[in-house]
Amino acid sequence: MQNKNLNHGDAETLSKKILRAFVSPWFYRLTLWLVPLLFLLIFFFQPLARIITLAFNTSAFTKANFQLILSTLSFTFYQATVSTILTFILGIPSAILFSRFNFHGKPLLRALTAVPFMLPTVVVASSFNALFGNHGLFSFLFPLSPEFTTSKAFYFLLILLAHIFYNTTIVIRIVGNALSRLDTKLEGAARSLGADTFHVWKDITLPLLRPSLLAAALLVFMFDFTSFGVILLLGGSNFSTLEVEIYLRVLKLPNLPLAALLSIVQLIFTLIFSILYTRTINQVTTQTAPRFSASRPPKTIRERIFVFTFYLLLITFFALPLLSLPIRSLTRLEADRGQRGEVQYGFTTDYYKELFINRRGSLFYVPPIQAARNSLGYASLTVLLSLALGYPAAYALAKPTRLEKFLDPLIMLPLGASAVMLGLGFIISFGRSLASPWFVPIAHTLVALPFVIRTLQPALASIPERLRQAASTLGASPFRVWQTVDFPILSRATLSAATFAFTVSLGEFGATLLLTRPDYPTIPIAIQRFLSQPGGLNFGQAMAMATLLMLLTTLAILIIEKLRLSDSGEF
Amino acid sequence: MKRITFYFLLFTLLLTSCAPTSTPTPVEPQTITILTHDSFAIGEDVIKAFEADNNAKVTFLQSGDAGAVLNQAVLTKNAPLADILFGVDNTFLSRALDADIFEVYQSPALTDIADEFKLDPSNRALPVDYGDVCINYDKNYFTEKNLPVPQSFEDLAKPEYKDLLVMENPATSSPGLAFLLATRAYFGDDYLDYWKSLKANGTIVVDGWETAYYTNFSASSGKGPQPMVVSYASSPAAEVFFASPAPTESPTASIVASGMCFRQIEFVGILKNTPNQTLAQKFVDFMLSQQFQEDMPLNMFVYPVNKNAPLPEVFKNFAQVAKNPAALSAAEIASNRDTWIEAWTAAMK
Repeated sequence: MQNKNLNHGDAETLSKKILRAFVSPWFYRLTLWLVPLLFLLIFFFQPLARIITLAFNTSAFTKANFQLILSTLSFTFYQATVSTILTFILGIPSAILFSRFNFHGKPLLRALTAVPFMLPTVVVASSFNALFGNHGLFSFLFPLSPEFTTSKAFYFLLILLAHIFYNTTIVIRIVGNALSRLDTKLEGAARSLGADTFHVWKDITLPLLRPSLLAAALLVFMFDFTSFGVILLLGGSNFSTLEVEIYLRVLKLPNLPLAALLSIVQLIFTLIFSILYTRTINQVTTQTAPRFSASRPPKTIRERIFVFTFYLLLITFFALPLLSLPIRSLTRLEADRGQRGEVQYGFTTDYYKELFINRRGSLFYVPPIQAARNSLGYASLTVLLSLALGYPAAYALAKPTRLEKFLDPLIMLPLGASAVMLGLGFIISFGRSLASPWFVPIAHTLVALPFVIRTLQPALASIPERLRQAASTLGASPFRVWQTVDFPILSRATLSAATFAFTVSLGEFGATLLLTRPDYPTIPIAIQRFLSQPGGLNFGQAMAMATLLMLLTTLAILIIEKLRLSDSGEF
Repeated sequence: MKRITFYFLLFTLLLTSCAPTSTPTPVEPQTITILTHDSFAIGEDVIKAFEADNNAKVTFLQSGDAGAVLNQAVLTKNAPLADILFGVDNTFLSRALDADIFEVYQSPALTDIADEFKLDPSNRALPVDYGDVCINYDKNYFTEKNLPVPQSFEDLAKPEYKDLLVMENPATSSPGLAFLLATRAYFGDDYLDYWKSLKANGTIVVDGWETAYYTNFSASSGKGPQPMVVSYASSPAAEVFFASPAPTESPTASIVASGMCFRQIEFVGILKNTPNQTLAQKFVDFMLSQQFQEDMPLNMFVYPVNKNAPLPEVFKNFAQVAKNPAALSAAEIASNRDTWIEAWTAAMK
C-alpha cells in the first residue's frame, strides 16, 4: 500500500523527488490538500456552519414543515432527473459531433453552446420569449393553443428547455474532451475483429467514457438540482425547488429555522450524490494513451445525415434564441407609438451610442468599457485561482487513497449550498471586509472549483503510469516525461477547466453572496441595472450590453479553443 | 563596492522623496457607508457636493432587494456593515423597528416633510421618497379594441378583461405585494374570494417586475401578450424619458382610480453602534434636503417627500399621482404580511 502510493507521484520533478525522500506519502498528500482545503474551510465551511448554527432551531420540526420539505424535495429531484436525461440526449450526440467530425463553422458553434451559461437568467428568459413567446418565431411556425401556453405543463416544458439550454455545454465539454482523448486504435481493433458499431460503443467506447460521463452527469444534475433563477423566472410561480424555497424562507417569508433545515436537507442530498459518484468512479480505472483521435469530415451517408441533423438542431436551439439579442439591440420599436396604431420597426444604433452617455449624471452609471474590463479581470482571476486550487486537489484525487475517498464528496458541496444562506454566512463571518473587490473572484472560485476539479480529475487519472515509467527508463528527463506524457492530455483538460471557470465568473454565479460595490460594476450588473427601470432605451441598452457580453465571451472561448488547437498540433 | 553605492543612492532617493513638503497635509476625509438596495441611484454631482462640504468620502454598498438588505442589517446589528441604511419601505418598516436597528434622529429637515409620510413617531426611520404601485395599461390596445379602461378592482374580474393582466408574485416581488395589499385594504377579509375570481379571469402571475414588464407587458419593448401590468404610477414618465427620440405622448398610462394603488414610502435610518454618528446625521439631513430630493425622481423614478423639491417636467406631464391610495398601517402589514402571502399563494395554486 505504502509503496503503491509512492509510485503514484505525478510529474517526477526534482522538488517532488526530494519531498518523497524526506517525507511520508501521507504528508505529501496532505501538502497537496492543504491549500484547497484551507480555502474551502475559510470561505465555505466556516461561514456556512456559522449561519446554520445561528439559524437552526428544533422549532422547525413540525409536521407541516416536513410535508413542505418532502413535496419540494420530490419535485426538485424529479425535474433535475428529467432535465439531466434530456440534456444528455442532446449533449452526447453533440459531444460526438464536435469531437469526431469536422464541419463548417465548428469552432463558432462550439463556442456558442457555452454562451447561455454566462448570460443572466433575465436575458435568457427574454431571448426564450423572443423565440417561443406569443410573437416568437416558434409560435408562428407551430401555433399553440392559449390554453396550453398558460398551463402548468407548458411552464414545466420551458423550465426543462432552459435547463438543457444552460447545461448542454457541460456534456459537450467534459464528454467531448474524453472522446477526443480516446485511443481510436482500440475501436479500430474491435472493428477489425468483426464488432459492429453498436458493440464497439457498448464494449469499448462507453466503458472508456464512463468516468467522464459520470462527472458530467453529476455536474449537470447538481446544477438542475439547485436550479433557482430558471424556476422562478420561467416557472410562472407554479414550482419551487429546495433552493427557491430557501430563498423564500430567508428573504420573503422569513423563517430562518426552516431555511436552515432546508439547507441541511439540500446539503445532505448533495453529499449523497457525491458519495455515489465517488463510489462508482473509483471502481473504474481507464487509462488510455495520449493519442488523440483526430476529427475528420463525415464520409458515409449515415455520418452525413447525423452531422447535418445535429448541426441544424444545435443552430436552431442555441443560435436562434441568442440571435434575438443582437437583433433586439439594433431594433427600434417605440418610435411615436403614442400616435400610431401600428408598431414601427426600424434599425437603430442608438442603444449602443447611449451606452457611452451618462444622461442623468448618475453616480451609478456604468461605462461599458469599464464593465467589460471588470468582468474580464474578475474572470481571469477566477481562472488563475481555481486552477491553482484545483490542480493539487485533482492530482490527489486522481489516485485516491482512503483520505481522498473521504475528501472527494466534500469538493462538490459548494454547488449544493444555497447561495442565499451562504451569503448570510459570509456577512456574519466577514462583515464590512466583504465589500472588498477581492471577494468577487473568491466567490466565483467557490462555484468554479468543483468544475475545475471534476474536469481535471478524469484526465489525470487516465494518464498511464507505464508510459511515464517507459519514458524515464528510456532516459527521458522528468521534465521531458511531463512534456511528452502528461502535458498533451492535461493541456486539453486544463483548457476545458479554464473555460468553465471563465464562464462561471462571467455569469456571476455566487454573486448573491456579496455586497456589491457600485464602483466595480460588471456587465451582468449593468444589464440588471438597465432592466430595473421602464423605457425603450433601458431595454435596448440591456440588449446591447447582453450582446456585448455574448460577443466578448464567444471571442474569449474561440481564443481558448485556438490555444488548444495549436497545442495539440505539437504532438 | 559598486552595488553598495547604488543602494546608498537608492536609499537617499527614497528618503528625499518621503520628505515632508511645505504645504500642510489636509485632514483625511472621513468615510461614511450607506447600505442600500440594488435599485438605489443618485447623481454624481449631488454626492460630490456633500463630500466637498463635509470633507467626507461616501461609499455605497448594495446587496439585493429591500428585504435582503434589511435582513443583513438585522443579522449584523452588533457590528453594522454600514453607518446608514436606506430603502426600508412601509411594508418592512415594523420589522426594522421591532428589530431595533436604528438610532433615534430628530432631523431638522423633517419640518419640510408632510406628516402623512412620517409613519414612525419615534423618528428612528425617516421618510425619503414615495411612489404609487398601480396598474399600467397599453393605451393603443384599449383604443384599438374600443375597450374602456377598467376603473375598479371589480372591473378587472369582468369577462371583457379576461387574460389581460400580468402581475408579480407577492411572495417574491415588492410591487406584487403592494398590489395584494391594495386589494386587502379594499375587500377586507373577502380578499381571497376576489383573487379566486381574478385567477378564473386569467390573471398571469410572474416572479418579478422585470419579467412582468419586459416579457409580458404589451406596451414595453418586450412586446408581450398582456396589455395591463402591475407597475408604478411613474412608469409612463420613464417610458417617455427613456425613449429616443422622445415621443409627445407616453405609450402607457396608469389606472389611478380610488383605492386601486398602493403607496410605498421608503425610509432612511442611522444604524445603531455606528462610530460615525455626527457625519451620519449630516448625511440624513442631506438626503432630506432639496438638493438631494430634487435629484431623486429621474434617478429612481420616485417622488420626493420634501415639499420644496420641484418635480422634473417629464413627471409633471406624464406621471399620474394616485387619487386616494389604499391605506393600511405599517403595524397591520407587519403582523399579517406572511399570513396574507401564504393565503394568497394557496388561493392561487
